[in-house]
Amino acid sequence: MGVLADGLVQAFQLLIHGDPKVIQIALLSLFVSGIATLLSLCVGIPVGSALGLARFPGRQILVSLVNTGMGAPPVVVGLVVTIFLWRSGPLGMLHLLYSPTAMIVAQFVIAFPVVAGFTLAAVQQLDPKLRLQIQALGASRVQMVWLLLKEARLPLFAAVMAGFGAVISEVGASMMVGGNISGQTRVLTTSIVAEAGRGDFALAIALSVILLTLVYLVNLVLTMVQQRSKSR
Amino acid sequence: MNGAILPDSAHGLGVNGLSVVLGGHKVLKIPSLEVRPGEVLVIIGPNGSGKTTLLLSLASLLKPTTGTIQYQGAPYREGGSTLQLRRKFAVVFQEPLLLNTSVWDNVALGLRLRGIGRDETGARVRKWLGRFGIASLAKRQARSLSGGEAKRASLARAFALQPEVLFLDEPFTALDSPTRQTLIEDFESVLRETKVTTVMVTHDRTEALVLADRVAVLLHGCIRQIGAPEEVFAHPADEDIAGFVEAGSIVHGVVSSRSNGLVSIRTVAQDLRAVSTLALPEGTEATAYVRYEDVAISLPLPQSMTASTCNQPRGKIVKTSPVTGSLLKVTLDCGFTLAAIITKRSWQELGLELGKEVVATFKASSVHLLPTQSKPGAPLLLPTEPGR
Repeated sequence: MGVLADGLVQAFQLLIHGDPKVIQIALLSLFVSGIATLLSLCVGIPVGSALGLARFPGRQILVSLVNTGMGAPPVVVGLVVTIFLWRSGPLGMLHLLYSPTAMIVAQFVIAFPVVAGFTLAAVQQLDPKLRLQIQALGASRVQMVWLLLKEARLPLFAAVMAGFGAVISEVGASMMVGGNISGQTRVLTTSIVAEAGRGDFALAIALSVILLTLVYLVNLVLTMVQQRSKSR
Repeated sequence: MNGAILPDSAHGLGVNGLSVVLGGHKVLKIPSLEVRPGEVLVIIGPNGSGKTTLLLSLASLLKPTTGTIQYQGAPYREGGSTLQLRRKFAVVFQEPLLLNTSVWDNVALGLRLRGIGRDETGARVRKWLGRFGIASLAKRQARSLSGGEAKRASLARAFALQPEVLFLDEPFTALDSPTRQTLIEDFESVLRETKVTTVMVTHDRTEALVLADRVAVLLHGCIRQIGAPEEVFAHPADEDIAGFVEAGSIVHGVVSSRSNGLVSIRTVAQDLRAVSTLALPEGTEATAYVRYEDVAISLPLPQSMTASTCNQPRGKIVKTSPVTGSLLKVTLDCGFTLAAIITKRSWQELGLELGKEVVATFKASSVHLLPTQSKPGAPLLLPTEPGR
């Protein structure tokens, strides 16, 4: 109990005093996960729409791959990305390992199937007749996809939240490809693991509170936008 | 078929050798069909007859398995020209299928997709919202509308496009009766005013009677008869069609004599006389079709005078069902089943009731003989109460 209370007090102090180190860690977390989520939206929404709307041979296999990817363990993703970026690996010449860029890549690989899977489900739950009606109204293919995504905007916000939630909270991949280097690749989750490992539970709790608060604030903003768009 | 119509449609829609196979079943087989410019063609048929499939094919929303459809002489093709073609059409489906936005935006949608300017879009949306009596709902969320309001919005959305051809798929089903009635009236006046070429499919015969310039009867994926509504309802080409349009009684019998175009038909009960040009030798089976409207009901007189050109079978009233407003359909058992449509007033004036014996009177010229389909083992008499 004492540990928890100490942690909460310390978290409060860190937040109040604006400890530059902690702020830097929190900002890096937001930056890495934010960029990774944005990238996964850019790729995941078109891929999910295509899988949900088009019919082509091999579609089922791709859909099941996306669904599997939604539950892929981050540590395995981290391992694969590490192997690719390793000095002697296929992309070793890019010298990306143990950099924020490598963490963005790994988190993108984690978030992309989540976003694609949610998008797929979102467009599939639309009335199939609505597509026919939109076509009949004279929509081109691009216009139709745009209208359908607009129609599915509520569940699409869930895709954003799920994608961001998956990457801000993962630790395995960030630890592996980032290396938890202080001031460079240390993010909230990796430092929580490190602090707890060193026995500094109070700091670990403080960082956890900050992480939870961040996740809450981001989702609060997204939820507000989502609910406002409900009847637009 | 009342004479095959060759698709000579430089201006309207023409269908040639169309067939559609869905899931291994041939659901549509239309050798030829023409939609003339400016006409309202209503395609009637029971559920599962392929109505919607035909409509989607005509509206270039479904690619037929074989055959061609052409509009203004140019056959439908795949690719970019399909979009150009679709933008000349408008389709109203059974469900309103409005997007989750305001009524105004829904009605403006097709115009925006076509890149039509703000001012014109605004003017057209305003006009058609007003024309369908929903101007006050412009800012409402489409999903909050009642069934009838949503249907009006979807009709306004279609008319705002000023389509060259309007397609409608059972647009008035799923509405309650008074809503439906006023909407059909409003729709009819808009149709007469715009004179847009219209293809509508429905299973409702009264809609066809009210709206159609021509009616096509679609049964099992084939167009079996096409013509003016009065013609189709008064002279169905065969028994299947007569059974579907359900505007008259069907009586089976055998030709017993014929002279001067007057044919006598022996039935299980009383004989019928018909005026017919069909070459039916004595002894052949014949199927008589008598429109409900053409049958008058009176009380039996002690000695009834029967003109040779009149039928006066006696029968008992076995069933009544309301038709519309002041009309009543009265079903008689004359040995065969015969029905008449009379006013509720005459029902009361004659003091009619179930089980009462009456005389049904109809002219020989009101008996339409159908070409007999050879159905081995079919009973000589069939009751004429199919489904609804």
